[in-house]
Amino acid sequence: MSYVANTAEQQVAMLKACGARSVDDFFSVIPEAARPRSFALPGPKSEMEVIERFRQIASRNYSHLTCFLGGGFYDHYIPAAVAALASRSEFYTAYTPYQPELSQGTLQAIYEYQTDICRLTGMDVANASMYDGGTALCEACQMALHATGRTRIVLDGGINPVYHKMLDSYTANLSIDFAQTDIRTGPADRAALYDALDDRTAAVIVQNPNFFGVADDVSDIVEHCRQRGILTILSVYPTALAFLKTPGEMGVDITVGEGQPLGIPLAFGGPYLGFMATTRKLVRRMPGRLVGRTADREGREAFVLTLQAREQHIRREKSTSNICTNEGLCALRAHIYLSLMGKEGFKRVAELCHAKARYAMDRLKAVSGIEVLDEHPFFNEFVVRLPMDAGEAAGVLVEQGLAPGLPLGRFYPDMTNLLLVAVTEKRTKRDIGMLAESLEAALR
Amino acid sequence: MTPDDRKYTKSHEWVKVEDDIAVVGITDHAQESLGDITFVELPSVGESVDARSECAVIESVKAASDILTPVAGEITEVNNSLEDSPEMINESAYEDGWIFKLRDFDEDEVEALLDADQYEASLRKDD
Amino acid sequence: MAVIFEKSVPGRHGVSLPDCDVPEGVEIPDTLRRRADAELPELSELDAVRHFTELSRLNFGVDTGFYPLGSCTMKYNPKALEVIAGLEGFSDLHPFLPQLRHGGMLTQGALQVMHELEHALCEIAGMDAFTLHPMAGAHGELTGMMLIAAYHRHKGNRKTEVLIPDEAHGTNPSSAAIAGYDVRPMPTDTRTGMLDVGALESMLSDNTAAIMLTNPNTLGIFNRDIEQVVEIAHRRDALVYYDGANLNAILGKFRPGDVGIDVMHVNVHKTFATPHGGGGPGAGPVGVRENLEPFLPVSRVVKRPDNTYTLDYNRPLSIGYVAPFYGNFSICLRAYAYLMLMGAQGLIEVSENAVLNANYVMNALKDVYELPYDTVCMHEFVLSARRQAEQGVHALDIAKALIDRGFHPPTVYFPLIVKEALMIEPTETESKETLDAFIAAMRAIAEQAGSDPDALRKAPRSTSVSRPDETRAAKTMDFRWDEPFREKGG
Repeated sequence: MSYVANTAEQQVAMLKACGARSVDDFFSVIPEAARPRSFALPGPKSEMEVIERFRQIASRNYSHLTCFLGGGFYDHYIPAAVAALASRSEFYTAYTPYQPELSQGTLQAIYEYQTDICRLTGMDVANASMYDGGTALCEACQMALHATGRTRIVLDGGINPVYHKMLDSYTANLSIDFAQTDIRTGPADRAALYDALDDRTAAVIVQNPNFFGVADDVSDIVEHCRQRGILTILSVYPTALAFLKTPGEMGVDITVGEGQPLGIPLAFGGPYLGFMATTRKLVRRMPGRLVGRTADREGREAFVLTLQAREQHIRREKSTSNICTNEGLCALRAHIYLSLMGKEGFKRVAELCHAKARYAMDRLKAVSGIEVLDEHPFFNEFVVRLPMDAGEAAGVLVEQGLAPGLPLGRFYPDMTNLLLVAVTEKRTKRDIGMLAESLEAALR
Repeated sequence: MTPDDRKYTKSHEWVKVEDDIAVVGITDHAQESLGDITFVELPSVGESVDARSECAVIESVKAASDILTPVAGEITEVNNSLEDSPEMINESAYEDGWIFKLRDFDEDEVEALLDADQYEASLRKDD
Repeated sequence: MAVIFEKSVPGRHGVSLPDCDVPEGVEIPDTLRRRADAELPELSELDAVRHFTELSRLNFGVDTGFYPLGSCTMKYNPKALEVIAGLEGFSDLHPFLPQLRHGGMLTQGALQVMHELEHALCEIAGMDAFTLHPMAGAHGELTGMMLIAAYHRHKGNRKTEVLIPDEAHGTNPSSAAIAGYDVRPMPTDTRTGMLDVGALESMLSDNTAAIMLTNPNTLGIFNRDIEQVVEIAHRRDALVYYDGANLNAILGKFRPGDVGIDVMHVNVHKTFATPHGGGGPGAGPVGVRENLEPFLPVSRVVKRPDNTYTLDYNRPLSIGYVAPFYGNFSICLRAYAYLMLMGAQGLIEVSENAVLNANYVMNALKDVYELPYDTVCMHEFVLSARRQAEQGVHALDIAKALIDRGFHPPTVYFPLIVKEALMIEPTETESKETLDAFIAAMRAIAEQAGSDPDALRKAPRSTSVSRPDETRAAKTMDFRWDEPFREKGG
C-alpha cells in the first residue's frame, strides 16, 4: 500500500487540470538513457504480514539478557508516561519549529529541556540537541578550536574509546593535532596531561566518570588550563550528575554528554541524544538550535528559535556547524523523563544505581580469582580483573542469560582480562547474585 | 542621503578619513537590508588587516554579514558600545554606528574607492 | 502557558521506584559531590501528563493537517512503523552486545535488518554499497565529504575545493567546509532554473575535489544535463555528490548510480516516512560506487555463506567511526518496514503522485502568484510573492495567513535565489480535497492582498501567540527559566 489518497478517477481529473495525458509527461524530463536499469525490491506486503515478519526478526535478538553492560550506554528504567507523551503525534509528526505560532509545544518543551540541562550541569546555556554524545564532543572541539584560534587538542586517557575514534575520523582531513595521555583505569593523570599541553593547545578533553567508571573532580585541571588560555571540555554521564560535582562548579567551558540514560531506549545504538552546554561567553560559538523566550506583538510570552545567524541555513559555509535535523524528539523524551522523575526521583535513581553497584563490587570481590582494581570513587560502573579472558567469560555467561559487562580487550589489547561492569536501578539483588555465582562457576 | 564626506565600497562599507585615522562603518542601505541588528562581532585592537579582508560580522535575526575592511591598516579602536547596543547601526549608520578605526592606511587606496554619487549609482544598478 | 518549573510543588512525586534491596548509602567523598540537588520540577504523573498534553496541543504536525513545507517531505507516517520500532527485540537491544560474542551472534535480527536495508537502498539508488551510520541528512553529507577526502588522499590527489550550486541547501556548503574544503558557489541559469553547465566547466579545475548536486534541485526542477555534468566532473577526477533530499520525486524513475554519481545520501525521515519528531531524529544513509566502498565507516555488516551476519571492523582504508555504533538504527528499521509495506510498485506510485500533486497545485496557483520558472515541476515548486509584495504583503504574511486557514505554511525565503520565495511540497499522501482547499486558501489570500493587505499583516489571529519578537529574543538571550540573561532589554 502506498498510502496515496487519490483514486484513479481523481488522478485523471488532476492530470487533465495540468494539461497532461499521463504522469509520464512529468517524467519526460528524465532522459531515456538515465532511466533505472532495475528496480526490484521485496514487498509489497500487508501491514499484518510486515509486523509479523519483523516480530520474527526481532526474536533473533538477545534483548532479554540481564544487562550489566554500560560503557556510556545504560539500561535504565523508562517510566511508561515517557513513551505515551512523546508519541503524541502533534510532537512526533511535526518538524523543526520554523513557524513559532504552530510550534509553541515543541519550542516551550525544548526551552524547558535547555533549562533541565543547565540545572543538571550547572552551565549557563544548553542547545536543543546534537546527534549523540560523540558528535557533541566533536562539535565541542570545533568550538574550542575556533574560539582560541589554536590547533591542538589534548585528550585524557579516560575518554570513551568510541568517542576517541570518532574524533580521529572527524578531524582526519583537518590540520588538527591530537595528543592523548596514557590509558589507565584510574583518575586523570594530571602530570601527563600538563606535560602534553603547549601554546598551540586549544582544549583539554576529560570525561567524568571516566570510561572506567572513576569519578573525579577536575577543578584543578580546569584552573591549570585556564591560566594557559586553554578551554576544558568535560564529557559527562547525566544520571551521575544527580550526585557529582557539576561541570559548572568545576569551571568547565564546554560540557557534553550522551542523553540516552534519560528515558531513551538502547535501540541498538540510536537514535540517542547529544547534549551540550557552555558558558555565556561561548554561546555564539555553540552549534545547533537554541530556543529563546520572548514576547509576541501583543506582549504574550512566546518561544522562538534564536541566534539562527550562526546556523547553516543562513551562514552556509561559515556556520558554526552543519547540523540541521537534530534529535528533537529524544530531547523531548529526556525532558519528560526528568519531569516525571523530578528532583527526588532522579536522585533516587542515582542512589539505587550507586548502592547496587557497590553491592555488586562487594559480591564480585568475594569471588575467588576476581580482583577489583585500585578502588577509586565510582558511581555505578567499575572494572574487575578476571583470571581469564573477559570476552570468553562473557561468552559463557551469555548462555545463562547474562550480559556480565564489557570486555575491555576489545578496545585495549593489554586489558583482555578486564571487565567493565555497570549496574543500574533495574538490576536486583538476585540479578547481582546470579552474576557473581555465574562468574564464579565460569572461572572454576 | 549618502554623505559626501567619505568613500564607499560596492559591498556597502564606508570609510571616512579623520586626520591619520580611517573610520569604517556600513551604509544606511546595508543596515536597512539587514533589518534589526542584534549582534556585532568586532575585530581585535592592534590587528593588522589586509584590504577586503573580513574584519567584523554583523548579525540580524535573519542574516549574518561579513564586514570587509575597505582599506588595509592596523585596527586602533573598535566601537565597544555596539556590544551592548548593536541597534546603533540601524539608528545611526554614518555616525554613532561606526565599527572600527584604522591607522597606517594608504590614502591612495581610500581615494580609489567610490564617492557618494558613484555608490548611489551602484545601488540603482543592483535593483 | 506556564513553564513546567512554575508548576512544581515540593514533595510531589511523578514516578514510583522499587525499594532498595541492597545496603543503602552513598560512598562518594563530599569533595566530588554537587553542592545542591538539581532543581528538577516536582510533579505528580498526572501533572506531567497534563503539561505535555497541553503543550502538544499548541503544536501542528502532519497528523493535524496539511504541511506543505518545501524541501522537508512532510508525508504521512504509517503507524505500523511505530509498532515495529517498539518491539522489545529491537528497542531493548544494547549496542555493545556484538562485542560479547562472535561479532554479532546475539544480534542477528538487527544485523539482518541493516544488511537488507542497505541492499534495498542500493537498488533504489543504483549505488553499489550503503552505510546506515550517518544520523541525519547533513551528517550524511559530512560523511560523504569525508569519503571523498579519503578517496583523493588515497590516490595522492591534492584537491582543496568543492563546487556547489547557489540554490543548494545551506547544509551542503556547511558540510563541505567542515570537512576542510573551500566552497565555491556555482550560478544557476536564470532562464532554465538549472545549473549553468558553462559556468561549471569554467570553474572546474584540477583543484576541484567534488561538486555537490541536488536533483531535482531546490526549485523542484530536474536537471536533464545530469549525465553531462557527471562526465565533465569525472574528466578532472572530481567526484559528484548527490544530495538525496529530494528523492521522493524520482523513486523508480531515476537512480543516481545509473548516471555515475559517486556518493549520495538518503534522508529516510523524508522519503521513507519515518516521523520528523519536531526536528529529528532522522537518519542519512550514504551510498557509494564500488571504488569508494573501502572507505565507508566501520563497522560493516557482512553476510556469511551460512546466512548468518557479522560485523567487520577490519577495514584499513575506512574513514573510521562517524557514529558511536551503527547509526540511528531504530529510524532505519522504520524505513525498512516502510519499504516492505510499499514494494517497488508502491514506491513508483509515491513519486508519481508526489509529482502529480505538486504539478496540480502549481498549475492552480500560477496565474495569481508569480512562477519564476514556468516548467513542469517534480515533487515541489517555488512561487514568488513579488506581485503581492508590491501590495505590501510579503511571503511571510502569506505564510501567517495560511495558519489562520488551518494549514502549515510552505517554506519561505528559500531558495535564496528567488525573491519572496514560497516553496511548496504537497507530498503523495495528500488528497485532492485537501489540495483544493489549500489552493482556495492561497487564492483567497492573493485576492485579500489587493483588497485588505492590513488584515494579512495582522495574521495569524487564531494561534496562542502571533509573530514573536525575534529581535528581542536574539538580544535578551533568555535560554533557560529562572536565571536567564536578562540584563539587556526584556
